[in-house]
Amino acid sequence: MKIETREALQALRAAKRAEIDACACRILVCSGTGCIATGSNKIYEQFLEIAKDAPGVTLEFKPCGGGHDESYMGVKKTGCQGICELGPLVRIQKGNKVIQYIKVQPDDCEEIFQRSVLGDEVLEHLLYQQKGKTYEAPDEIPFIAKQTRIALANCGKLDAESLEEYIAADGFTALEKALFEMTPEDVVDVVDQSGLRGRGGGGFPAGRKWKQVARQPEKTRYVVCNGDEGDPGAFMDGSVMEGDPYRLIEGMMLGAYAVTSQEGYIYVRAEYPMSVARLTHAIHELEEAGLLGDNILGTDFSFHLHINRGAGAFVCGEGSALTASIEGNRGMPRVKPPRTVEKGLWEKPTVLNNVETFANVPRIVLDGAEWYRSIGTAGSPGTKTFSLTGSIENTGLIEVPMGTTLREIIFDIGGGVKNGEKFKAVQIGGPSGGCLTEEHLDVPLDFDSVKRFGAIVGSGGLVVMDEHTCMVEVARFFMSFTQRESCGKCVPCREGTKRMLEILEKIVAGKGELEDLDRLEELAEMVKNMALCGLGKSAPLPVLSTLKTFRDEYVEHIVDHKCRAKVCEAMRRYVINPAFCKGCSKCAKNCPVGAITGKIKQCYHINNDLCIKCGACRENCAFDAIYVEA
Amino acid sequence: MLDQSYYRKADEIIEHYGRKASSLIPIMQDIQGEYRYLPGELLTYVAGEIGIKEAKAFSVATFYENFSFEAKGKYIIKVCDGTACHVKKSAPILEALHKTLGLSKKKHTTDDMMFTVETVSCLGACGLAPTVMVNEDVYPRMTPESVVALVEKLRGEGK
Repeated sequence: MKIETREALQALRAAKRAEIDACACRILVCSGTGCIATGSNKIYEQFLEIAKDAPGVTLEFKPCGGGHDESYMGVKKTGCQGICELGPLVRIQKGNKVIQYIKVQPDDCEEIFQRSVLGDEVLEHLLYQQKGKTYEAPDEIPFIAKQTRIALANCGKLDAESLEEYIAADGFTALEKALFEMTPEDVVDVVDQSGLRGRGGGGFPAGRKWKQVARQPEKTRYVVCNGDEGDPGAFMDGSVMEGDPYRLIEGMMLGAYAVTSQEGYIYVRAEYPMSVARLTHAIHELEEAGLLGDNILGTDFSFHLHINRGAGAFVCGEGSALTASIEGNRGMPRVKPPRTVEKGLWEKPTVLNNVETFANVPRIVLDGAEWYRSIGTAGSPGTKTFSLTGSIENTGLIEVPMGTTLREIIFDIGGGVKNGEKFKAVQIGGPSGGCLTEEHLDVPLDFDSVKRFGAIVGSGGLVVMDEHTCMVEVARFFMSFTQRESCGKCVPCREGTKRMLEILEKIVAGKGELEDLDRLEELAEMVKNMALCGLGKSAPLPVLSTLKTFRDEYVEHIVDHKCRAKVCEAMRRYVINPAFCKGCSKCAKNCPVGAITGKIKQCYHINNDLCIKCGACRENCAFDAIYVEA
Repeated sequence: MLDQSYYRKADEIIEHYGRKASSLIPIMQDIQGEYRYLPGELLTYVAGEIGIKEAKAFSVATFYENFSFEAKGKYIIKVCDGTACHVKKSAPILEALHKTLGLSKKKHTTDDMMFTVETVSCLGACGLAPTVMVNEDVYPRMTPESVVALVEKLRGEGK
C-alpha cells in the first residue's frame, strides 16, 4: 500500500492506533539477539499456537471481521527489553497495564495464557525479584526505572518488524514536521542547537557536521550510517538496529533532508545477521509504502537507502575506512584532511554518523533543541546507551542521561557486582578506552569528564571487573585485539602495537623486566601521537590507563612473579594441601608430565619446575586437596 | 577447474549487484554464503566481469577476515572472545572445542568437512557471556562441557 500524502500517513496512523487500542491483550516476546539465544523464538511460536486455537480469541484486530464479544489479541516479536541476563523475556500488555515476565520457558506459556492473558492473574514465580521484593510492571524494576529512553524508546514495546506499529507510535511524525513545516536549514539548526554529539565515540557535534556538509559547493551528497559496532563488549547499536530499525531510518531521512542528499548507506557489521535482516525488511516495507524512494509523501524530497554488510574488519568503524569499504576497496583509513564532510563516499560530501546518533534525531526534530538540552549535562546533552556486562548482577542494555555516575549505573541500575564480589574497575570505551576505578565512581559520565581520567565514553561498552580480573591480562587482551585488527597502513600502529603486545605477553608470562614498563609507556605515547587514524591513536589507551591505575599489579608480575587475580597461567602454582590429601595417588596418575610424586597414603607433592599448569590434578582430586596459589 | 554451475551461480549474483567495482564485496559475500568459501578461480572470473584487476580483487578479499579461500565445514562455530566473554572465561571453551575436534590454532576445519572453529571479537550477546555462534545461531552461557555436548548434537544432526 502506497502512502502518498501527509493525510494518508496520518489516517493510517489513526487507524493503526485504533487497532492497537482495540486489542484486549498484547503478548510481547523479546526478540533481541540475547533472548533469541535463550530460546525466545520457541516461546513466540508457542504463544501463537495457543492463541490461534483458543476459543473466543481472534489473533490481531481485523476492522471488518469478528463479532464484538470476541477478544482481539496480538502476539508480537519486540526489540530488546533490556535485561538480557534474565531471558527469554515476555511482557503481557493490557492497555496501560504491563506485566514483565522473566526466564519464560515453553512449558510456562499455557499457564501464562490461561491465567494472565485470558484471566487477570499475575504469576508470581515468573516475576522479577530483587532483594526480596517482586516487581510486576517493567517500569518499576530498578534496572529499567532509573533509565531515560530516547533512542531505545520503542525497544521492547513494539513489533520490531512492523512499519505500521512504528507509525502508530508517532513514527514519521518528525519527518512530516520537517517536510511540511521546516526548511532543511531549520532541521540543521535544531540539531545544531540541541548540542547532540556523535555517539560513536568521538563526541563530535552532529549539527556542526551537518552544517559543514550543507555548505559544500558539491551538490551530490551522501548520508551514511556507521553500524559497524566492532568494540568487543558493546551491543547498543545492534540492539537499536534490530529493535527499532525504523527510528534509525527516520533519523537518516531527516539527515538527508537537512543536507539535501538523495542517497544513503547503512554499513552493518557482518556478525549482526539479525540487524541486517530487520533493516532489510524495514527498507523493503518503506519502499513498498513509498516512504523511501522518489517524491516522498508527495514532496520534492527523494531518498534511496542501501545496506552494506561488513566483512570482519574492525578498522572499518573508522570513517574513511568505512567509506572505502562501501566503495569496494580495502577498508583502510586515509590521511585527513580532506575530511569526510568535504570528501567522503565517492569523494562527495558525506554525513557520517553512528546508529545511536541518528536514532536520537527524530525526537529532537519533534520536541525541539530546548527539550533535548534539558536532559544530560550542559556540555553533553541527551542520553547515552551503554551495554552493561562483565561481573555484574544485571547485565543488559541501558540508556541513561549523560552525566549519570558510574555508581548509579553499577549499583542502582546494575544491582552491584556479581555475587557480592568487591568492585575493582570498569572498562569503558572498549579497545579505545580505559579503566575507571573505585575513586572514579562518582565522576559524571559525559564526554568531557571521563576524558580527564584517561578514558573515553566511547561507543558505550561498560565491562565491570572484580578482583578475579587481572588488569595486566586485560591490557594484553585489548592489545592483542588492536594488533590483530591493525590495518597495517601506518608504521606507528602496525609496528607499535606489535611491540607493545610482545612486551605485555612477556610480562604475563612472568619474564618481564622493570625497564619494560618504561618502554611500554614510550611506545604508547608514540603510537598515540603518531598513528594515522583514530583507532590507532586510541589503541594504547587501555595500556596507559592500566599502567597509571594499576602499576603495582604490573610490578608484582615482574618482580614477585605474582598475579593477584590468579589469572596468569605462568604465575599459577598448584599446591597440595596436606590437611586434605589422603595419598590416593590419583593426581600423580593423571599428571601428563609426571610432576607429581609421593607415597600411597602419604601427602603427595607437585614439582613446580616440571608442572605445566594444566590443572588435570585438581580436576581429578576427590578430596579438593589441590589449590592454586598466586 | 570448477564445475560450470559455479560460474552460473556467480553470474546470477553479479547480475543482482550490477557490474561495478563497488559490487565486489557483496558479490564475494554471496559467493561465500553459497559455497562456504571463496574459490580463487571464481574470484578471478568475478574481477573480469565487473571490470577490476585480478590483483585488486585478491587484495580486497585478503584484507577482510571473513573471506576464506579454503573450504569451510558444514558447521562454522565461532567462539566469542569479546571483552565480556573473555572475562567470563571463553578461552577454555575454545580449548575444549580444539581438543574434542582435533583442531588447533593452525588447523581450523575437521577432515570430514563437518566443523570449522574460529574466534570472533564480539557477537553482541554480551549479557549472556560466554557465547558461541554456530552458523547464524547464538548459544548462550557456554561451558567447556556444554560446547562438547553441542558438537555431539550437531554431529548427530549433520549426518
